[in-house]
Amino acid sequence: MSARGEMPAWADVALIPLLNLFVALLISGVVVLIIGENPLEAMWIMLKGAVGSIKGWGYLLYYATNFIFTGLAVAIAFHAGLFNIGGEGQAYFAGLGATIAGLSLEFLPWPIVIPIAILASAAFGAFWGFVPGYLQAKRGSHIVITTIMFNFIASSLMVYLINYWFRPVGKMAVESREVTGAYIMSFRELAKLFFDYRLPSTPLNPTFFLALAVAWGVWYFLWRSKLGYEVRAVGANTDAAIYAGIKPSKIIMVAMAISGGIAGLVAVNEVLGAQHRLVLEYVQGAGFVGIAVALMGRSHPVGIVLAALLFGLLYQGGTELSFAKPEINRDMIVVIQGLVILFMGALEQTFRPYLSALFFKAED
Amino acid sequence: MTPAIELIGIDKRFGPVHANKDVTLTINQGSIHGIIGENGAGKSTLMSILFGFYAADSGEIRVKGVPLKIKSSSDAIAHGIGMVHQHFMLVDTFTVLENVVLGAEGGALIGPALAKARTELARLAQEYEMDVDPDAIVGELPVGLQQRVEILKALFKGAETLILDEPTGVLTPDEADHLFRILGQLRDQGKTVILITHKLREIMAITDKVAVMRRGELVANFDTKKTSVEELAEAMVGRRVLLHVEKGPAKPKEIVLDVKSLTWKDRKGIARVDNVSFNVRAGEIVGIAGVSGNGQSELLDVICGISRPTSGDIIFEGKNIGQLGDPRHLRQEGLAHVPEDRQHRGLITSFDASESSILGWHYDESLGHGFRLDRRKVIDRSRTEMEHFDVRPANPLLKSAKFSGGNQQKIILAREIERDPDLLIVGQPTRGVDIGAIEFIHKRLIQLRDQGKAILLVSVELDEIRSLSDRIIVMFAGKIMGERGPEANERELGLLMAGVSKEAA
Repeated sequence: MSARGEMPAWADVALIPLLNLFVALLISGVVVLIIGENPLEAMWIMLKGAVGSIKGWGYLLYYATNFIFTGLAVAIAFHAGLFNIGGEGQAYFAGLGATIAGLSLEFLPWPIVIPIAILASAAFGAFWGFVPGYLQAKRGSHIVITTIMFNFIASSLMVYLINYWFRPVGKMAVESREVTGAYIMSFRELAKLFFDYRLPSTPLNPTFFLALAVAWGVWYFLWRSKLGYEVRAVGANTDAAIYAGIKPSKIIMVAMAISGGIAGLVAVNEVLGAQHRLVLEYVQGAGFVGIAVALMGRSHPVGIVLAALLFGLLYQGGTELSFAKPEINRDMIVVIQGLVILFMGALEQTFRPYLSALFFKAED
Repeated sequence: MTPAIELIGIDKRFGPVHANKDVTLTINQGSIHGIIGENGAGKSTLMSILFGFYAADSGEIRVKGVPLKIKSSSDAIAHGIGMVHQHFMLVDTFTVLENVVLGAEGGALIGPALAKARTELARLAQEYEMDVDPDAIVGELPVGLQQRVEILKALFKGAETLILDEPTGVLTPDEADHLFRILGQLRDQGKTVILITHKLREIMAITDKVAVMRRGELVANFDTKKTSVEELAEAMVGRRVLLHVEKGPAKPKEIVLDVKSLTWKDRKGIARVDNVSFNVRAGEIVGIAGVSGNGQSELLDVICGISRPTSGDIIFEGKNIGQLGDPRHLRQEGLAHVPEDRQHRGLITSFDASESSILGWHYDESLGHGFRLDRRKVIDRSRTEMEHFDVRPANPLLKSAKFSGGNQQKIILAREIERDPDLLIVGQPTRGVDIGAIEFIHKRLIQLRDQGKAILLVSVELDEIRSLSDRIIVMFAGKIMGERGPEANERELGLLMAGVSKEAA
């Protein structure tokens, strides 16, 4: 019994995102055409650059790791009915935790330091998410406003801290010393060490598996735990949750802390795994891409992993494209990514009425 | 004289609900015409059609003898019909003046309209005894004055006919008296007033004529002078056959719930539950009758711990739970609650049925240890409950929204009853539920009573209250008007529900 206005699940889950993606790429193609390049050729370069080589795949998965974390962070907050725009700041602030642990515990062996550094990243990110959550729950400040402001606060605070606290004396670059204590080796280094095999140079590291594990953990939390049930109940119907004896203010704080904690794991991939040091503005927009990833992935971990891979492809392919075609510079790539985000996120529902009308015609 | 408004053969359906059945009503110019009826009698629908919110399926509206198509509220206003809604349509942060010109700004600059409105307001204030400071911020005014702003707004836009929907619900008695004086003056100036209410006293005090609606039909239209409170109450409630519910006499035992001088004030400081005392014993059903909006919902919320009482005590099984404010703790203590609003509270429509069927009990250890929620167990439990309560389709994985009203209600009842509570609080157990399910639900409630459980039932359906309850308490304006046995006749209960107690009458 399908009620009017409802489409089969597969159309909802797969067809609409793919249609949106297709339209976004179509318009991107028009833009490429306007600046006098061949869109099909550009698309081919992007695809080849991202999935045509082991190196391309390495970068794709490395970007995707960040997007899985930030996408999951946004999704958890979504399920509690909250729009966490602050993934960027939470991920950035978490770098502080990773760096402090990595630098101060150098005297301990790495199997101890790395887990502590991971937990510290999550804890710092969680704190940066918890504070806006607390302000919303107890003071009624809107979460969208506070998380945006917290992005700026994190940004300024980190500039100050990196510059005056972490930058070694006499060094020009605004970055910390290498976090030798919690150095996560890349797959390239691991392959060389254990198998004496030469992989092309990529920053991909085992944090990718952590991301997949966290995705599974988020699924388990939301759909197989009592606390996750409460989070979803508050997000779906606050009145019903109150009736059930759930305290929305508590859930808001818990959900924001978890959300911030997961966003904070970006620091593991970047600070510990790729850069091995705390670098200025190292998050590079991954927090915002997380919003698009969560929207496209329908706030479900499986969807988020798939969407993160797609955005990884766009990032890596885009970089390759700007190398191959100087006319299509870095800004063009941002335009293309922006269009994808626009159609996946803001205009997500645009085609739904037409599509569902088509389904009804087919049914009648 | 041509009548101000003529409604001829108005008919309106909302899906299976026949909200207005062939309603014909003539409203004379320069009169106050009351429309009275229970909840869901179709009063508001009829007025919404006149004011252009809904289109009638069939029928004709004539204003001053001219047949009109009223497609929107701006059409209605253009033809001199104004409406004062139960919930005010005011911008709280605007001044009185700004609110009055809202929708009649006339031009790009607001200055001329404001100046015109200021002189007009002064004139109206004098003519109708309606003083309001034009520069006051509306949100800071007391409710009575806000209502006056609503009336001024309508008059400013040239309303000849004014519809007021339950205008005294939010007013103090003094404010209500003042409102009636204003309405009287409006009538004397030749304006027409339509007053929707369920309060008989108001009807008797102020109207010239009164129309009675029942179940979508206009059943009577009296001259107020020639009728009586008793006649109106009877027309309103009707002589209905009791729903037949098999039940023996109650065997009440110890007191399970004892409510003592309970008061709950809303944020504006109005007592929505006003010094209420009663008790419920094991093995009996106590029904709370009353037109909705008279404090029953607030009373249930306070007892169930959703809101905390302003003063007074709630003793549940010997413990004072008044200030606990924790629905979860109360559930563990044996207090189950079927909420009045099934869709917005009783279940989560976007969850599948099995997840809705653990709402409020989800922390229970039997559904998984500690942190875990064992989906297998959740589904099994839901399936068992569905079998016991004959929920159709018996599919725990189907979305809650996809069940019919009756089956949704069964899911909720099953959830609350299967946990074997000592006290069951039920709000509107059969609202929007089909006949078959009603019978089933009623039987289940009687069964529970015979098992020696205490049941507190709130319903706006008088039939339901009368056929199920062993004792009936009638609430009006937050107060208990009286207690009667189930043998009390409709007229007596109807009068109490309309705020007329024997002692006062």
